[in-house]
Amino acid sequence: MAASTGKSFVGRFGVHIAVLVFVVIWTIPTLGILVSSLRDKDQIIASGWWNSFASSSQTEAGRLPAASAQTQKDGKYVIEGNVFGDGAKRAISAFGTKAAAPTQYKAGTAADLGDGVTLQVNADGSFVLASPKAFEGDRGQRVYFASSAPPKFTTANYDAVLFSEGIGRSFMNSLTVTIPATIIPILIAAFAAYALAWMRFPGRALLIAVIIGLLVVPLQMSLIPLLKLYNGVGTFFGVPSKTYLGIWLAHTGFGLPFAIYLLRSYIAGLPREIMESARIDGASDFEIFVKIVLPLSFPVLASFAIFQFLWVWNDLLVAMVFLGTAPDQIVLTAKLNALLGSRGGNWEILTTSAFITIIVPLIVFFSLQRYFVRGLLAGSVKGG
Amino acid sequence: MADVTLNQVKKSYGNLNILHGIDLDIKSGEFIVFVGPSGCGKSTLLRSIAGLEEITSGELKIDGEVVNDVPPSKRGIAMVFQSYALYPHMTVYDNMAFSMKIGKESKAEIDKRVRQAAEILQLTKYLDRLPKAMSGGQRQRVAIGRAIVRNPKVFLFDEPLSNLDAALRVATRIEIAKLKESMPNTTMIYVTHDQVEAMTLADRIVVLKEGRVEQVGTPMELYKRPGNLFVAQFIGSPAMNILPAKIEKAGNPTVVSHVGDRKATVPIATPASANGAAVSFGVRPEDLVIATGSDYLFEGKVDYIEQLGEVQLVYIDIGRADLPLVAKLPGNVEVKRGETLRLNASAGDLHIFDADGHSFTLHREEAKAA
Repeated sequence: MAASTGKSFVGRFGVHIAVLVFVVIWTIPTLGILVSSLRDKDQIIASGWWNSFASSSQTEAGRLPAASAQTQKDGKYVIEGNVFGDGAKRAISAFGTKAAAPTQYKAGTAADLGDGVTLQVNADGSFVLASPKAFEGDRGQRVYFASSAPPKFTTANYDAVLFSEGIGRSFMNSLTVTIPATIIPILIAAFAAYALAWMRFPGRALLIAVIIGLLVVPLQMSLIPLLKLYNGVGTFFGVPSKTYLGIWLAHTGFGLPFAIYLLRSYIAGLPREIMESARIDGASDFEIFVKIVLPLSFPVLASFAIFQFLWVWNDLLVAMVFLGTAPDQIVLTAKLNALLGSRGGNWEILTTSAFITIIVPLIVFFSLQRYFVRGLLAGSVKGG
Repeated sequence: MADVTLNQVKKSYGNLNILHGIDLDIKSGEFIVFVGPSGCGKSTLLRSIAGLEEITSGELKIDGEVVNDVPPSKRGIAMVFQSYALYPHMTVYDNMAFSMKIGKESKAEIDKRVRQAAEILQLTKYLDRLPKAMSGGQRQRVAIGRAIVRNPKVFLFDEPLSNLDAALRVATRIEIAKLKESMPNTTMIYVTHDQVEAMTLADRIVVLKEGRVEQVGTPMELYKRPGNLFVAQFIGSPAMNILPAKIEKAGNPTVVSHVGDRKATVPIATPASANGAAVSFGVRPEDLVIATGSDYLFEGKVDYIEQLGEVQLVYIDIGRADLPLVAKLPGNVEVKRGETLRLNASAGDLHIFDADGHSFTLHREEAKAA
């Protein structure tokens, strides 16, 4: 194979390495979002997601109790207690008394603070501060310590985001927009593509040229006129201005030129003899379309469905124009955008919402991607 | 079961004429082969009969009924395509049943006819397979089966064997011949560029060239008495040797002089007006034999030999570098390169054609008919 394609081992090796690099680069952000969304929200702040499988360590500062808490023991003045107070205990690995060296001493060892004063902080957070002289002042000794917590994964973020942040509702809204906005253009485009590819009628070439021309019309240009038109028609029929029907129609319109173009070139490439054979067998154009062309066009229908689904799902602009921002209409992308403003610091909310947003496109792609690769035509014509 | 009659059938795309007025009378139950070089219009003619192409003018009758504007499915025809044109997403059974399902036949009837056709073509055990799981020969049988179940009045074959390898081609050719025998009343029209298929299968051959019928006749008629230079060179392999010649003495027999002023007496009648006319003198390679006596037609040096085992093709330089004479001699005759050979042919195997390429035999027959 290598010899027949004329590629050297080094060449193929280079290609494989390049592919691998691209795959890794493109996959890492997704992985990061997934991992982050599953982590405890305190740990997200403490360390990056790439450290999430190690215990996360964080350096904290605290102040020991003031001189009033001292007791006398064996002729020494002693202050005892726990740096965590009554709160949750974490394992302490090291401690220090200066901000410049917060992990100067190992946990469990006694640190000499000068003037015979010693401080021992144990791994469980308990400490003993001892001095030959009585402590003075009402500000206690400053202490820094490094504590580590075991990795903690939780689905609590998903719970919170789906059921209390409104992402769940937006998810359903997005599906409500996307599924009809994918199916309607496919239905229309498949009929149009068959007619433009195989039926002879006057003006066919001109019609194809117009459709190809529509491919380059920018969406931004036509968006507002379209909304005005829709509103005008809507007022006439007494329909509110922002409805799901409106956005379905808008996405259908914007998707159709590409859909017809893509489907037509595929359907035009189907073997002529198959259609002729069906025609001799007595099939009408409609029967040829339904029984022969549609089943054979499944790969291209699937690939267009992926395109259109992803484009509609990820769309923000059309949704902002044609749908409101009330909970029953706001789509995922718009909701995510809103969350960025209101919950910008809450990484656990943002990463979780982001992952929910991309999970559907991922599923769609992986479930339909084999239709990109598989040729359904094998066996119909020689060498097929 | 049905006659097919073509009357001045013309087909053109814009200004480009593909068929220039074809007249043809195909009798019920005949096996007709259209043969000709690429681009001669034989496939267009077949597709016009099928109804896949509209004819520009003329009249096409099937079974006595003018079908110019009848859709393909109503013409009582079935077609087998070169590329098989099976429906790739359907099983063999569904492929064969498709036309009847469209025609809303009863399930029992469909099943009966599909199984019958599968039986004839030995496809019974493949009925559940998809076309892609079958070999080329099996696919072609399915395509033929699909035609059989339609129970057509006329079978149309468009180069059905061209996509098969050599061994399979011979086997399928015999199958088609047997199929024809089992359906003696069905008219079959078969398009090919392969003269072996044409010779072996046809009741009558129609030789086409550039959208015109050159000659119609049984295989042996075309071989023995080609009507013109084109047919003479198209039928038979290797092609007939054609040499420039001059009529020395018209009449019956005719005496012509060809290369090197050698005279030959041909038992074909020529009109007195042809005296001294430039003609073409033809003899088939397989009709040439090594001359034993002093009587010979050609003399020349052996230029090249192609040994095929059973026979050998000997190329002989008879003094015209651009016109080597080809002789098909038995494989066991000892011939050496550079050797001088004398060749002869029996007088009945010689042909002469006039300046327009028409055979003088045909002149005579036309004269008889008139």
